[in-house]
Amino acid sequence: SREDFQRIPELAINPLGDRIINAFFPEGEDQVNFRGFMRTLAHFRPIEDNEKSKDQNGPEPLNSRSNKLHFAFRLYDLDKDDKISRDELLQVLRMMVGVNISDEQLGSIADRTIQEADQDGDSAISFAEFVKVLEKVDVEQKMSIRFLH
Amino acid sequence: MFLLLPFDSLVVNLLGISITVLFTLLLVFIIVPAIFGVSFGIRKVYMKTLLKIFQWATLRIERGAKEKNHPLYKPYVNGIIAKEPTSLEEEIKELRRSGSGRALDTPEFELSDIFYFCRKGIETIMDDEVTKRFSAEELESWNLLSRTNYNFQYISLRLTVLWGLGVLIRYCFLLPLRIALAFTGISLLVTGTTVVGYLPNGRCKDFLSKHVHLMCYRICVRALTAIITYHDRENRPRNGGICVANHTSPIDVIILASDGYYAMVGQIHGGLMGVIQRAMVKACPHVWFERSEVKDRHLVARRLTEHVQDKSKLPILIFPEGTCINNTSVMMFKKGSFEIGATVYPVAIKYDPQFGDAFWNSSKYGMVTYLLRMMTSWAIVCSVWYLPPMTRQPEEDAVQFANRVKSAIARQGGLVDLLWDGGLKREKVKDAFKEEQQKLYSKMIVGSHEDRSRS
Repeated sequence: SREDFQRIPELAINPLGDRIINAFFPEGEDQVNFRGFMRTLAHFRPIEDNEKSKDQNGPEPLNSRSNKLHFAFRLYDLDKDDKISRDELLQVLRMMVGVNISDEQLGSIADRTIQEADQDGDSAISFAEFVKVLEKVDVEQKMSIRFLH
Repeated sequence: MFLLLPFDSLVVNLLGISITVLFTLLLVFIIVPAIFGVSFGIRKVYMKTLLKIFQWATLRIERGAKEKNHPLYKPYVNGIIAKEPTSLEEEIKELRRSGSGRALDTPEFELSDIFYFCRKGIETIMDDEVTKRFSAEELESWNLLSRTNYNFQYISLRLTVLWGLGVLIRYCFLLPLRIALAFTGISLLVTGTTVVGYLPNGRCKDFLSKHVHLMCYRICVRALTAIITYHDRENRPRNGGICVANHTSPIDVIILASDGYYAMVGQIHGGLMGVIQRAMVKACPHVWFERSEVKDRHLVARRLTEHVQDKSKLPILIFPEGTCINNTSVMMFKKGSFEIGATVYPVAIKYDPQFGDAFWNSSKYGMVTYLLRMMTSWAIVCSVWYLPPMTRQPEEDAVQFANRVKSAIARQGGLVDLLWDGGLKREKVKDAFKEEQQKLYSKMIVGSHEDRSRS
C-alpha cells in the first residue's frame, strides 16, 4: 500500500516521491502485488544490445527507450489524458521546488517550456512532442539501474 | 520382578545425583572465575571449534550447490544495486549537456530534469540505506541456526545431522546452564547491592559495591556465553566523564559494565527491572528517571550535569542513538548528552553475527523472547574498542560535536556512518529534509533569473 512506500525515508524526502509511488498503482487500486511491482521496476532494466535484434515483431520489452520515456511522461501527466497541460506542468514544478519560487516565475518557466516543445500549437505537450524534446538525452543510461552480481 | 524395583530406584537416584553434581560443578567452575575476574579460556576454545565447523559447513554448501547447479544465494552487505554517489547538480548538468547541448551557465528548467528524481526515487525503493538497518543483518554463510536459514535447501545428510546436534546441544545443555547462571547472577546482584547499601558511606562501601557489581555482570556475561575482546583498555572512562557507545541491544550494558564501573541512566521500569534498579541505586548513585521526567529535557540535562560535575561520581553510560540499530551502521546521535560539556569517552561495540545476532528488533520480539533467543544461539562474540576521550571544541556546537564522535565510533567499528535519525524506525521523516532538496533544485532553475535581471 502507499503507506508502506512512504515509510522509506529517502523516498519521502524526494520531491517527486508521491508521483513515483503513484506510478506503481494502476488505475483506481490501492494495493500493488509483487507482479505489478516488478512490472514497474522492469522499466528500469538496462537495455542490452543483443535484445534489439531479437524480436522485431513481438510486443516491445518493458525497458525499451520508448517505454522509459513513457514512464517519465506519466510522471508529468497527472490526469492521464496523454497530454501535459500548462496546469499539470505547473503542479509538478511546484512539487519540485516547494515554496522557494514565486508563482509568476514558475508560470513563466512553464510557459517557456511549453512554447519550446509545442509543435502543433495546442499549448500542451503530447507524448510525441515530449519524445522530440528529449531525443538527444541518453535515456537508456539515465533511467537504468544495474544490479550487482 | 521384585528385584528390579530397588535396582530401578537406585539407578534413578544415581542419575539424579550425578546430574546435580555435574551441574553444580559446572556452576562453580564458571562462577568462581567470574568472581575474581579470571578466565580459563574455555570460551575461546569453543569459539575456535565453532569457526572450524562453520567453515566446513560453508564449503559443503558451496560444493553441494555446484553439484546440483543451484544458484547460490549470497546476500550483499553493501547493497544490491550499483549506485553512483553524485550530487543533484552534477546529475542535472549531465542530463542537460547530453540533451540540449546548449550553454550550461544559463540554468533553467528542462523536461529531462525529471529523470534525476525519478531514478533516485526508484533506486531508494529497491534498496535504501535506512530501513535495512532495522532488521537483523544477513549472514554470508549459514551458521547452523534455523533462524538464519534464508534460502538454503537440503544439501547433505551430514549437514542436517550437524544441525540437529547443534539444536540438541543448544537447547538441552547450554540453555538450562545459561538460565541457571543468569538467575544466579541477577539474584546475587539484587541481594549484594542491597546488603552493601546498608553500610555507611565511605571507601569500604565503594570498594565492595564496585566488586559486587563487577562480579554479577561477569556472571551474566558467562550466562550469555559472551566472548568479548577489549581493545585499548587504557582509554577506559574515568570519573566525571560520559561514556557514549552505539546501541544494538540491551546486552550492550552488561558487556560494558562487566569491564568498568559505570553509573547508569535510564527510565524506572516496573517488575523485575524495577527491582534491580532500586537495588542498584542503594549501593551507588545511578540516575534513574520517572517516566514523566524523561519528557522534560532540561530536567534530564540538569541532573546529568550535577552528576558529572561531582568528580567522585562514576562515569555515566549513555547510548545517544536512542534506539537499537542492527550493528551495521551508526545513526544520528541525539545532541542532549553532548551539550553538557563533560569529557566524552567514545566506545565502539561490534558484534560478530556469525555466532549469534545480538540485535533486538523490538517491533518483532519482546524482551523475554529476545533473551531466550540470545541464550539459544551459539555465543555472543563482540569486540569493544575504547577510543581516546574527546571534548567539545569552542567553535563547534553540540550537533557538530556529536557528529564528530559518531564518525570516530563508526570508523573504529567498521560501521557505516549515517546521518539519519534512529527514530525513523517508528516515525515518519520530517518535512524539513524534503524542503532542503526542493531548495537545492530551485536554486538551479532560478539562479538564471537573478542573472538575467542583472543584465
